[in-house]
Amino acid sequence: MKPGILSPYCEKDISACGLTGLISKKGRKIKGDIIIRSISCMDERGNGLGGGFAAYGIYPDYKNHYALHIMYSDKKSLPATEEYLRETVKIEHQEVIPTRRVYTITNPPYFMRYFVNPPEEIHEHLAHESAELREDNYIVNTVMHINSEIPGAFVVSSGKNMGAFKGVGFAYEIADFFKLEDYEGYIWTAHNRFPTNTPGWWGGAHPFTLLDWSIVHNGEISSYGINKRYLEMFGYKCTLLTDTEVVTYMLDLLIRRHKLPLRLACSALASPFWKDIKKMDDEEKKLMTAVRMVYGSALLNGPFAILFAHSKGLVGLSDRVKLRPLVAGEKDDMVYMASEESAITEICPNPDRVYRPDAGEPLIVELENQN
Amino acid sequence: MAKDFIIMKINAAGCHYRTLNQQIKDAVKKGEKHIELLNVNGQRYIADGVSGDTEIIINGVPGNDLGAFMSGPTIIVNSFAQDSVANTMNDGKIVIKGHAGDVLGYGMRGGKLFVKEDVGYRVGIHMKEYEDKIPLIIAGGRAGDFFGEYMAGGILILLNLNDEKPERATGSYLATGMHGGVIYIRGDIDKDQIGEGVGVVELKEADNTVLNNLIKEFCKDLDIDSKFVFKKPFKKLIPVSKRPYGKLYAY
Repeated sequence: MKPGILSPYCEKDISACGLTGLISKKGRKIKGDIIIRSISCMDERGNGLGGGFAAYGIYPDYKNHYALHIMYSDKKSLPATEEYLRETVKIEHQEVIPTRRVYTITNPPYFMRYFVNPPEEIHEHLAHESAELREDNYIVNTVMHINSEIPGAFVVSSGKNMGAFKGVGFAYEIADFFKLEDYEGYIWTAHNRFPTNTPGWWGGAHPFTLLDWSIVHNGEISSYGINKRYLEMFGYKCTLLTDTEVVTYMLDLLIRRHKLPLRLACSALASPFWKDIKKMDDEEKKLMTAVRMVYGSALLNGPFAILFAHSKGLVGLSDRVKLRPLVAGEKDDMVYMASEESAITEICPNPDRVYRPDAGEPLIVELENQN
Repeated sequence: MAKDFIIMKINAAGCHYRTLNQQIKDAVKKGEKHIELLNVNGQRYIADGVSGDTEIIINGVPGNDLGAFMSGPTIIVNSFAQDSVANTMNDGKIVIKGHAGDVLGYGMRGGKLFVKEDVGYRVGIHMKEYEDKIPLIIAGGRAGDFFGEYMAGGILILLNLNDEKPERATGSYLATGMHGGVIYIRGDIDKDQIGEGVGVVELKEADNTVLNNLIKEFCKDLDIDSKFVFKKPFKKLIPVSKRPYGKLYAY
């Protein structure tokens, strides 16, 4: 594979994370090499200590099963995990995630994927929950259990018909490692990491995922402590040593469990300032005041630009004072979002429209066919 | 129009920024006066720290920190630019025929930056001037929040030529902490957007003369009808204190 533009001078440099994402609103399948080209255009924003991708629509043969991508830091953790899975879920199919040797990647973990569903008789302690949430919640608990209780095993992704591929290396190296050019998806996101105050390890690379939510993030969440304690009250366990993890669980809590519309959930994460709420009309003022009162602990403080994808769409959001860049471009049914415009023009030389969302203004793109 | 000089062309396709910038520096050193870059996409730091009077034309999308610390050359960008153009620029001129990103002209000390369309957040923050070194930024579109924040000198002009959201040509925290220099904004300003320590005053004859000359140059470089620009009156913003936070730390 063609390496990123950085390759001749692979060394540390002043930088920040880079992110990019694309969606075909018509749900057309896009080959992996497109997103690889886009993220490789921003190699300078990473330092080789983390790269990753999320792809949607890649497992059509098992689209009704939760696809668990599991990373084993050593093979010793594999039997315990598989024993737990056999006891907990119905495994339809399991296989090794294909990888290839990449010269610059040393001692990679071992990766398996399992296509599973909860058992017919869902565990008693979830019986009080609505039938709609029960299956998803069951899988969330399974993920949390593996991540927190089984040493050396981490669930990298757990959504249906989607998967995350991530590790320590530049994004193009990770793509090479996981043979991502062989996959086709209708949504892709990618990340080049420059870890600042948390370790650069395989589980700490982006995207962070839960069910079909996946997040790539540039920045740092200064409110991590508050967010984490709030999430713990709802049974989420933050085990991956990186601030971004809380964003994933927060979206799961707000959108899937509390049923907030996407836009409102974004307003909880990057809420308007009180000075701006004061100027809103009465209804909006009441709503935003309520969001800030109820979800004060969901507010993300600190600089961030994030892309979060789910099975039906892609959302871009920056912090309320725009301390990290985010741009978007459109061409026909395609929407692109990235840290830099060159990452868009690399794969879409003449976009119909390019725009820069305002601070805290969510860019919400949904599939035309929501079924 | 026939040109009576030779343009040196450099193909930047797939070229790492260091290789590209080395080629530019070598060419300038050899005395090239006209350089045209082709197929640029995302290469950072173009013409950073370069001195002299070379003209550099860029086709494609230049990466971040275009023309940082530059001292003299003229850069013409035929499409648009990303973040941090003219970072701590010392002298010369950058003309961008589209929009540009955030943090343009950060700590700029001299020279000119012309952007035809919108500019992002934090444009012209920490700009400064000394004697005859007076940096200038003119943007033809709208600007994001923190326009001219902590400005210590120089001239910032915002035109909002499309009259899009006229009451929000700039975002919030306009010129917060400003303690030098001057900002001219075409059209109205929402008072709530203006940061503390900034005064809005009427333009005087001297202002009109300065503005006239600068805008004529901008319009000529970017092919805009200058008569249209002056159809709307300007507002002038100046600091009301040289030390807006003086009392905050020293009683």
